[in-house]
Amino acid sequence: MYLVLFILFGGLCVAGALNLLLQRHPINSALSLIVVMSSLAVLYLLLGAEFLAAAQVIVYSGAIMVLFTFVIMLLNAGSEERTHGSHAAYIVGIPGVAILVSLLAFIFLSARTHLAQARLGDYVVSTSDLSKILFRDLLLPFEVTSILILIAILGAVALASKEH
Amino acid sequence: MVVPIAYYLVLSAILFSIGVGAFLIKRNIITVFMSIELMLNAVNLSFVAFAYQWHRVQGQIFVFFVMVVAAAEAAVGLAIIIAIFRARSTLNVDQVNLMKL
Repeated sequence: MYLVLFILFGGLCVAGALNLLLQRHPINSALSLIVVMSSLAVLYLLLGAEFLAAAQVIVYSGAIMVLFTFVIMLLNAGSEERTHGSHAAYIVGIPGVAILVSLLAFIFLSARTHLAQARLGDYVVSTSDLSKILFRDLLLPFEVTSILILIAILGAVALASKEH
Repeated sequence: MVVPIAYYLVLSAILFSIGVGAFLIKRNIITVFMSIELMLNAVNLSFVAFAYQWHRVQGQIFVFFVMVVAAAEAAVGLAIIIAIFRARSTLNVDQVNLMKL
């Protein structure tokens, strides 16, 4: 059951990511990215991170991707133009990415005996465990991030507002 | 049935590599930005997998902070994209090659 869920949602993740790469219209890429993020939320649940699964759905698939689709529709973005200025990306990029993924897969699979096996419900981090660390040990970084968000909002408004 | 943590790490590596490939190949600035989000998500998955491996909550705290910074980055980045579109009326990254018009 656990393996079936992992293969199902892991495959959905990879399929969505490949669809992001292959689609030419940005709105299709944005919708397939929502599929990737929602499947990642299920994988977080399988790894016992229940708060992060909820936050993934709310923050990523909810807030950030709504912002992306809003900007795509606001700018009326059409299909991607094919330009010829990027041959280097194809020549160097695709073999480089293939080397990267095979190297990382080799390292992780050769270290497989040292790594644990994941079972459902073996290790569940509840929201209270997470908040104990976040609000007691890491209170200062948490408050600093709220200032970061405030500055980001001000910057976004200043950048996107029309100049007179 | 069990799943080795290594499989989660391999899945994270595959997603990260697809993100790198999309970043290099895509020409639309919004899609390039979306592939950066995909890379951030892939790294988050490996953080959660390592938090499971060592039974530490701190790995999940890292993911929480990455989510916060990604939200701020998305807001500012999309505002920059809107400003670029106002100035150039194009979203193609090959045509955005001058600092000042």
